[in-house]
Amino acid sequence: MSAKEYRTASAARGGLLTVSNVPNIAFGDRVRVRDQKGNTRNGQVILSSDEEVLIQIFEGTDDLDMENTWVRFLDEPVEIALSPEILGRVFSGLGEPRDFRPPIVSSLRRSINAAPFNPAARTYPKEFIQTGVSTIDGLNSLVRGQKLPIFSASGLPHNRLAAQIVRQAKLPDDDSRFSVVFAAMGVSYADARFFQEEFASSGVLGNVVMFVNMADDPPVERLTLPRMALTAAEYLAFDLDRHVLVVMTDMTHYAEALREVATAKGDVPARKGYPGYLYSDLAEIYERSGRIKDRHGSITLVPVLSMPSDDITHPIPDLTGYITEGQIVLSRELHNQGIYPPVHISPSLSRLMKDGIGKDFTREDHPHVSNQLYALYARALETRNLASIIGADELSARDRRYLEFADAFEERFVRQGEDEDRSIEETLNLAWNLLSTFPPQALTRVTETEMAKYHRQSGE
Amino acid sequence: MINKESRKGTILEINGPIVTIRLPGVHNGEQVRIGSLGLYGEVIALEGDKAIVQIYESTEMVRPGEPVEGLGHPLSVELGPGLIGGIFDGVQRPLEEMFLKAGDQIPRGLSPEPLDREKLWRFVPTENLEPNMPIIGGARIGTVQETETVEHRIMVPPDIEGELIELAPEGDYNLEETIGQVRDRHGHIHHLKLFHRWPVRKPRPYQSRDNGIDPLITGQRILDTFFPLLKGSKCAVPGPFGAGKTVVQHQVARWANADIVIYVGCGERGNELVDVLDSFPKLKDPYTGRPLMDRTLLIANTSNMPVVAREASIYVGITIAEYYRDQGFDVVMLADSTSRWAEALREVSGRLGQMPVEEGYPAYLASRLAAFYERAGRVETMDCGKGSVTLIGAVSPPGGDFSEPVTSHTKEIIQTFWALSKELADARHYPAIDWVDSFSADVGTAAEWWHENIDRGWEKRRGQALAMLARDAELSRIVNLVGPEALSSAQRWVLEGATLIKEGVLQQSALDPVDTFSSPEKQFMLLDLILTVYDEGAALIELGVPVQELSEMPVLARLRRCKELYDSSQIDQLKAFREEALQDFKAIHSEYAQRGEQTA
Ligand SMILES: Nc1ncnc2c1ncn2[C@@H]1O[C@H](COP(=O)(O)OP(=O)(O)OP(=O)(O)O)[C@@H](O)[C@H]1O
Ligand SMILES: [Mg+2]
Repeated sequence: MSAKEYRTASAARGGLLTVSNVPNIAFGDRVRVRDQKGNTRNGQVILSSDEEVLIQIFEGTDDLDMENTWVRFLDEPVEIALSPEILGRVFSGLGEPRDFRPPIVSSLRRSINAAPFNPAARTYPKEFIQTGVSTIDGLNSLVRGQKLPIFSASGLPHNRLAAQIVRQAKLPDDDSRFSVVFAAMGVSYADARFFQEEFASSGVLGNVVMFVNMADDPPVERLTLPRMALTAAEYLAFDLDRHVLVVMTDMTHYAEALREVATAKGDVPARKGYPGYLYSDLAEIYERSGRIKDRHGSITLVPVLSMPSDDITHPIPDLTGYITEGQIVLSRELHNQGIYPPVHISPSLSRLMKDGIGKDFTREDHPHVSNQLYALYARALETRNLASIIGADELSARDRRYLEFADAFEERFVRQGEDEDRSIEETLNLAWNLLSTFPPQALTRVTETEMAKYHRQSGE
Repeated sequence: MINKESRKGTILEINGPIVTIRLPGVHNGEQVRIGSLGLYGEVIALEGDKAIVQIYESTEMVRPGEPVEGLGHPLSVELGPGLIGGIFDGVQRPLEEMFLKAGDQIPRGLSPEPLDREKLWRFVPTENLEPNMPIIGGARIGTVQETETVEHRIMVPPDIEGELIELAPEGDYNLEETIGQVRDRHGHIHHLKLFHRWPVRKPRPYQSRDNGIDPLITGQRILDTFFPLLKGSKCAVPGPFGAGKTVVQHQVARWANADIVIYVGCGERGNELVDVLDSFPKLKDPYTGRPLMDRTLLIANTSNMPVVAREASIYVGITIAEYYRDQGFDVVMLADSTSRWAEALREVSGRLGQMPVEEGYPAYLASRLAAFYERAGRVETMDCGKGSVTLIGAVSPPGGDFSEPVTSHTKEIIQTFWALSKELADARHYPAIDWVDSFSADVGTAAEWWHENIDRGWEKRRGQALAMLARDAELSRIVNLVGPEALSSAQRWVLEGATLIKEGVLQQSALDPVDTFSSPEKQFMLLDLILTVYDEGAALIELGVPVQELSEMPVLARLRRCKELYDSSQIDQLKAFREEALQDFKAIHSEYAQRGEQTA
C-alpha cells in the first residue's frame, strides 16, 4: 500500500474525481480520499494515464474542495477478506462490518472481480431442488446451480416468496451443508428487518452471510455489493464445499445505480438511459452461479427485481431474462384476487428443468404433466377472455370446462399457504386432480401409460 | 503475409478494454500484447503516433508505462486437423486445455496454441501430384482422417502459388513438420505444414459463387416444410428471451444434414455450451450414425467473458467455416447471438467517442452485418470443388421489438427468417416459430428437391396448410367478437383442421425422444395425412354430419400423437394408421350416405 498522498485533484463532477499528473496508476486501483473535514471516501480508478486519472468516488463527490482533497492510491483492486467466520455476519457493499463486530481478519483476500469461469470447467446443473411451492416445483423447477430470478413489481409479495424459498428449499434425501448469501441493494429498513427476522426465526442465521445497502446508503456501493456477495458465495461453494443459495434484491436498484454512474461518466446510453454495457455487466454477476467440475459445492442464484411500471420489456427485466435460466414472474392480477404466491404462469419459465425432472429425479410423469397444465391453462385463459366478451352462458359445454379449470387451477394449484411446504408428490397429485376433470382424449401431452396410472377416470 | 518482426512500445492510457499505446511502425489491425501480463489486443485505430487498441481480456491493474509488443500480424486463426470436437474461446484459445492447465477460471495472458503440436496425424498425399507441377492456393495435396466422420483435406494455403517441389510420402506427421514445398514465382520456397494461419477479417478466396440448390434438412417440420433454408444461405432467428432461439439452433446443430457444424456461443450462457459438450458425444449423427461431436466445433465467448473478444468470436467462427467449405464440405455455422456481437461493436465505438446513430449503435452497424453475412454462400472452391457455408444467426431484440436496429438491418440481408413469438412460447407451442412473420425466399428451389425426392404434392400441400392457418386466424377473430355460434359448420371444421395442423405438425418438442427429429418422408406424411383427414371431414359436413361428432372422433386424438408414436423409420406403421383413420371416416360416410338415400 502506498503512503503517498496526492493533492492534485483538479475537478469533481457527478461522483467522478479527476487527479492530474500522477504517473503509473493502475486501472481499477482502489483509492482512499480524505476530504477537507478529514472524512474518508472510497473510490476506484476508471481511467488512467500519466496526465490524468479519473476516479469514481463511492460516497459521491458532493462538497469536495479541490484545494483540500488528499488522494491515496492503495495499489490493490477492490477485495474482500474471506474466512469461515463470514457466516453469520453482516457487511456493507464495501465489505465493512455492519453488525458492530470487528472486521474479518484473514490472509485470504480476493478481488471481487473474479476472472470468468471457463465454460469447459462447468458441469451441467441437474439436481432438482424442492422449494415446496407448486408453481415452481411443478411447472418451473429450480435446480442446483441455476440462476432463476423473480420478476416482481412494487407492492407484490416477492420478499415473502423469496423467504419461503430460503426456508423450504431442499434436495430430496440430502442433508449436505447449506448456506445462504443475502445481498440487499437499496432496500428499506422494513425489508432488511423482515429478512433478518426470517433467517433468525427459521434458525438459519448462523449459515447466512448478509451484504446490506439501505435505500439511504450511497448508491455507488450497490455496484460493488453483488460482487462482494458472489465472491463470498464462491468461497463458500468452491473452497468450503457448501451448497449456496444467493438471494439478491433488488436488482433494479443495482441497475439504477449503474445508470447514475454511467451518466456521470458520459457513457453513450442505449435504452431508457441505461448504458449499452448493462447486459454484460449483469451477466458478469449472474454467470457467477453454477456448478464446477470436481467441486462439491454449488451456487444457486435467485435475484429479485421489480419491473418498473410492471413492464417486462423494460431493460432491467428484459436483459435479465436474456441472461438467466428462466424467470418466475409475479402477477398483479392474481395478487389482487388475493392469491399467494401470485405466480404468473404463462411468462414464467425454467430452462434447466428439462434435465432435472422426470424419472430418476422427481417422477416419470412430471415433464408431461407440466406441459399439459401449461397447454390447458393457456387455452383456459383464451376461453376466459372469450367469456368476458360474449358471456359465459354463450360458451359450449367444452369451453365451460376450460373456464372451470382456470379457476380451479388458480385456487387449488397456484394458491398455497406461506407455511405450506408441498412435496413434489403432493404437487403432482394435485395436478392430476385437476387434469382428471378432462376426459382422457382431451389430454394429448401426457402419455397413455401415464394416463392409465394417474388419471382418475381412466384408472381403475 | 505475416510479418514476423516484433516491436516494443508503451501504454499511455487505459480506459476499460480500450488502451492507448505508443508503438512506432504499428499497423491498423495488428495484434499486440500489452503490459507485464501480456494481454492480447488488436489495434483498431491510429492517431498520429498513438494507436488505439481493443483488449480481449480484463485490464484490471494494468498501468500506464507498462510495455507493449507489436506482433506484426493481424488476428488470425490456425486452420488444420484437430479443430473438430474442440471448444475454443473468442480468439481461438483452446478452453479444455486452459482448464487443465489453469483451473476453473480463465487466467489472463495465457495463450496456449489452438492446435495440438505433438499429436501425430496420418497424412495421405493426393495421387498424381508430381514434383515440378504448377500448383495453386487451395489445391488439395492430401488428406488426414480428423475424426471418424471427417476426412480433412490438406490444402496449399490460399496465398501461396507456384511449383510443387516436394510432397511427403504417406506417414504420421505432427503439425510442425513440413509435408511439402512450393516455390513461388519469386523463387521463394514455402514449407507447407498440416496447418496454416489465416487472418479472420479477410474472407478466404474461392473461384465463383453458385446458387443454392439443396435445402438444408433440419428434421424440424416448421423449418423444413414451411420455411426452408438452402445450403449456403443466410438465415436469422429473432425472438424475445425464452422464446426458443437457442433450442432451434441446437436442434439444427444436432439434426441438420451438414458435414461440419460450427456453433458460436457469442455472449450467451456458459451452461448452454456445457449442454452441447455433454450431450453431443452421446448423440448419434442421424446420417452417419457416429457421435455428433465428431463433426462439431464450439467457439465460446460467454456473456461474462470479455466483451471485445465477443466481437472477434464471430469472425473466428466464420473463418473456420470457410476453411472447411474450401475442402468441399457443407458447413453450417450457428451464431448465438449476433445481437451480442453488435453490442460489442457498440461498446467499443462508444469508448472511442464515435457518434451513435440509433440506440447507441455506430453508423457502420448495417455494413458490418452485411459484410459478415456475405461470407456465407455456396461456392466453387479454388480447386474446382463445391462447398458451402450456411449461416444462421440468432437475434435478441430488446423487449422483443423487431423494429430495433439489429433485427431490422439483419432482416434486409437474409433469405430465411424464423421469427419466434412470445405468445406461442407462453402457450408452450414449441418451436414458437410464428408462421405469419416468418418467411423463406427459397420455397421454389426447395420445392424442386421435395418434388423429386419426397412427393410431387409438397408445394401444394404446404400452401394448403398455410391457407388453412390464415383462415383460422380470420375466423378466430370473428369468434372473439361475436362468439362461436356465428360460424357455420364448415367454418368450425376449419378451426378443428387448423388445430390439428398446429398440434400434429407444427408443434415438435425438442425434448421428445421420438419427435425431436422428423425425416422429410415423415414430415410430408404427417402433413398429408392431416390435410386428407380435414378434406374427408369437410366432405362429411357437406353431407350434414355435425361438427361435434367429427371433433369427438377418438381417431383425432391419436392423430395428434402420431408424431410421437412413430419415428422416422416407422413409415409403414404410419401408413397403416392412415388407412385405419380413413376407414373411420368412410364408415361415417356410408352411414350418412345411406340415411341421405333413405330420406330422399
Ligand atoms: N422445440 C422446443 N421443444 C421443447 N421445448 C422448447 C422448444 N423450444 C423452446 N423450448 C423451451 O423454451 C426454453 C427457452 O428456449 P431457449 O433457451 O432456446 O430461448 P432463447 O430464445 O434462446 O432465449 P434467450 O434469448 O434468453 O437465450 C427452453 O429451455 C425450453 O424449455
Ligand atoms: Mg438463447
